Amino acid sequence: MRVPFLAVLPWRSLLLAMVTLFGVAVVSFVLLRVVPGDPIAMMISPGASPEDIMRLRASYGLDRSIPVQFVIWLGHAVTGDFGTSISMRQDVMHLIAGRLPATTELTLLALVIALVLGIGTAVLSTLSRRKLVGAAIENGNGILLAVPDFVWALTFVVLFGVAWQILPISGRIDPRISTDFATNFVLFEGLLRLRPAVVGDVLAHMIMPAFALALPLAAVIMRVLKGALEAEGQQDYALLAKIRGRSKLRITLQETLRNALVPTLALTGVQFTFMFGGTVIVERIFSYPGIGNLAIDAVINRDLPLIQGLILVFGLIFILINLAVEASFAMLNPRLRHG
Amino acid sequence: MVERALPEASVSSAPIAGAAPRRGASIWSALLAEPRVVIAGGFLVLLALAAIFAPLIAPHNPLEQDLMLNTLPPAWVDGAEPGYLLGTDSLGRDLLSRMIYGGRVALTVALVAAFAAGLIGTVLGLLAGFFGGWIDAAVSRLIDIWMAFPPVLLSILLVAVIGTGLTSVILAIVVIDWTRFCRVVRSETLQQARMDYVDAAVVLGTSRWRILFVEILPNLLPVVVVLLSLEMGIAVIVEAVLSFVGLSVSSDMPTWGGLIAEGRQIIYQAWWVLVFPLVLLFATVLAFNQLGDGLRRLVDPVLLR
Repeated sequence: MRVPFLAVLPWRSLLLAMVTLFGVAVVSFVLLRVVPGDPIAMMISPGASPEDIMRLRASYGLDRSIPVQFVIWLGHAVTGDFGTSISMRQDVMHLIAGRLPATTELTLLALVIALVLGIGTAVLSTLSRRKLVGAAIENGNGILLAVPDFVWALTFVVLFGVAWQILPISGRIDPRISTDFATNFVLFEGLLRLRPAVVGDVLAHMIMPAFALALPLAAVIMRVLKGALEAEGQQDYALLAKIRGRSKLRITLQETLRNALVPTLALTGVQFTFMFGGTVIVERIFSYPGIGNLAIDAVINRDLPLIQGLILVFGLIFILINLAVEASFAMLNPRLRHG
Repeated sequence: MVERALPEASVSSAPIAGAAPRRGASIWSALLAEPRVVIAGGFLVLLALAAIFAPLIAPHNPLEQDLMLNTLPPAWVDGAEPGYLLGTDSLGRDLLSRMIYGGRVALTVALVAAFAAGLIGTVLGLLAGFFGGWIDAAVSRLIDIWMAFPPVLLSILLVAVIGTGLTSVILAIVVIDWTRFCRVVRSETLQQARMDYVDAAVVLGTSRWRILFVEILPNLLPVVVVLLSLEMGIAVIVEAVLSFVGLSVSSDMPTWGGLIAEGRQIIYQAWWVLVFPLVLLFATVLAFNQLGDGLRRLVDPVLLR
């Protein structure tokens, strides 16, 4: 059943992905250069002479034409050099690399929560014979589909941060807890090093933003999986199993769930990229130090190098997720495996 | 099955002809069968009236500051001041009045953005679905490119490029969301174009443009109305999110997102500044969504199974 990962890796998609990423780079670069407002004007001190401005402009390469600027920028970008952030006066790549682990941990936790909730409720509503349970799940699902992560995040702040003060509403870890970790993957490294105090505190900070991100995704997973489970339940093999006297629970868990998960997974991948987008606002609400929060600061400060770097990093993440989904899709469904 | 699972995709599978017998006298009984259309629609009408007549309805000037009256709690809590029903914010401005005026921005964005996105998407979808050929190829390619571009990325880029303000917010929503209409309308037009009445019109010598806009378009309107309702809900959220992070209208104009952001700052001193606007936003988004969903069921008898 297992196939080597390289064999299922969709090379054609990989090539397309590279083209897409290049397109994103070109479009964002050109758009950001036609922005009204001079980045230099924000950097100079009030007493600067025109010569100073010219010198500064030349030192940033802003006196060249846009195509030339792009080629220079691209040459640096492929080596991981995205320039220096204007508002934070730090290396862009360094800034993003420092924030990325926090966002990665948050979205992965949210994905796990969404999968457990979505698959759990879908199986539950398929198995349940009671109309009341089905209707309750259906209505709850309708609300979850309608309400965005933004609203959930703030609702959690009010409920569990203020009304019933059991969870911290901002940050990633209590500053009093010392972490002498090698990486910024505080949760993962805490787990590996068996540091329950760190893991517990990080989880307490992450649980609300993760749930806010997870709920809309869980609703989509549940809706798709439930439909797929119903369709699979009508297939010959499922009916045969039923005739042979297998219980509905066994048929669902052993036979139909596996097949129904294939279309669900495909859609989860797409929705997961949307969830990654949702981190922008949810991280803001919880003052969570990830790249989403950084992106908003960058836009507010009109920090062009940082915006440019973030757009590419976001684009790269979206593309990687789609590739991973395609590869795992082929692994689960042998019919899609092409020679 | 997978397609039906998503609310926006499921709109497309409606055989529109089925809606015909429900017209006329039976419209009231149809509405009774779908009470949430009445409830959600009624709520939104009230909201719109409050926004339009805000200067008459709002008990106070939403911008008037009175530092002596700062962070007053809602009227039913100890320490409240009569006349400030939902309390005041940190500058002593009346929260209820600010929420009513905030509704103006929210509903303006919802209406203008949804209709503009709907207009562009519907026209392109009609042309692509009806004429096919290179028009269809071009529009379909455009949609593919748009779908590959994650919406967040696009909105960050747009706001960074065109700057903040009401027009930018509306423009960002239109630029990102016209595809929602275009995809559905295109596939619906494809289906309609194959129907007998279109052939009959061709035989009668009706011009192609007339067939498209006089014969086919009316049959698509129910679907477009459903999409409009859903899109308005999305637009309200986007506006709230952008004003929450301070990328919407200028700060002297009350917005729901702006109120929520302020409430988030002083959450431990004055919970009401966050809670009431949040509840209103929640109700509005849910109302648009339930209205769209209810309308979809009204025009799509297949889903009523």
